[in-house]
Amino acid sequence: MLASSMALVGVLAIHFWLSPAGQKIMIKRGGEVFLTASLVRPFVVAVPGPLGVTQVEVSNHRARVMSDPSPRQLCVHQGWISHEGEAAICLPNQVSVEIIGAVRRYDSLNY
Amino acid sequence: MTVLTIKPTAEDHRIAYMAALAIVLMLMEAALPSPIPGVKPGLANIVTLLVLQQYGLRAAAWVTGLRVVAGSILLGSFLTPGFILSLSGALASLAVLAIARYLPQRYFGMVSLSGLAAFAHIAAQLGAVSVWLMPGVNVFYLSPVFALAAWVFGLSNGLIAAYLVESESNASSAA
Repeated sequence: MLASSMALVGVLAIHFWLSPAGQKIMIKRGGEVFLTASLVRPFVVAVPGPLGVTQVEVSNHRARVMSDPSPRQLCVHQGWISHEGEAAICLPNQVSVEIIGAVRRYDSLNY
Repeated sequence: MTVLTIKPTAEDHRIAYMAALAIVLMLMEAALPSPIPGVKPGLANIVTLLVLQQYGLRAAAWVTGLRVVAGSILLGSFLTPGFILSLSGALASLAVLAIARYLPQRYFGMVSLSGLAAFAHIAAQLGAVSVWLMPGVNVFYLSPVFALAAWVFGLSNGLIAAYLVESESNASSAA
């Protein structure tokens, strides 16, 4: 019991902390791919949506939503994302930013 | 004028007594500083475990419910997000305990029950945070920290509960 629950802690840690760093960023707008780019070179891109412009920044192999017109700013507060499968979703402005790796892992969004 | 009197039964007294004990533990714990917000020993769960062991599930559910509601009123957090988290954690651990007490007692003692309850507690809390409080934020990124805390405090609370049950049965057999 103690050992198996400790194993659960380890599995969670590996799953959430040691998952491979992603290599590419995919920005979607209204469900369609707006931009797919490498995380290697830093850049800032403005994505126009129904509410206004969402600014996405890539720097140091990480990505974040720099600014967004949504009222609750959930995707902005999420901060930097860098691991494969992580995503920042600005639902009101219909913009999503997702980190993808060389091989897409299976999850509930991608199967 | 009619005077209404409610006659509390012996079980009512017992539940009130145990709930008061749990509330005191909860208040004491609230005064302790915590290195990470949300990580608490959950000493009141020891009372839940003992009540479950001695008086059964119904009494344990009453004690836990009274503790969550009355404790949050005393702390001033009634109906706040903290209260909802406390409630969801408490309900989840009760549900798990309700099932887990039918596990073979030889292999699943107090420490196992306490551990299972602690894991159910954080799982429900993380679930509530991610569904309701912070949708879209990857709160499960922190789950290893909370799982580790559940492991440590589940173990320690279980050991305390096992010790109390042991000394209780020694005292009653000696008397």
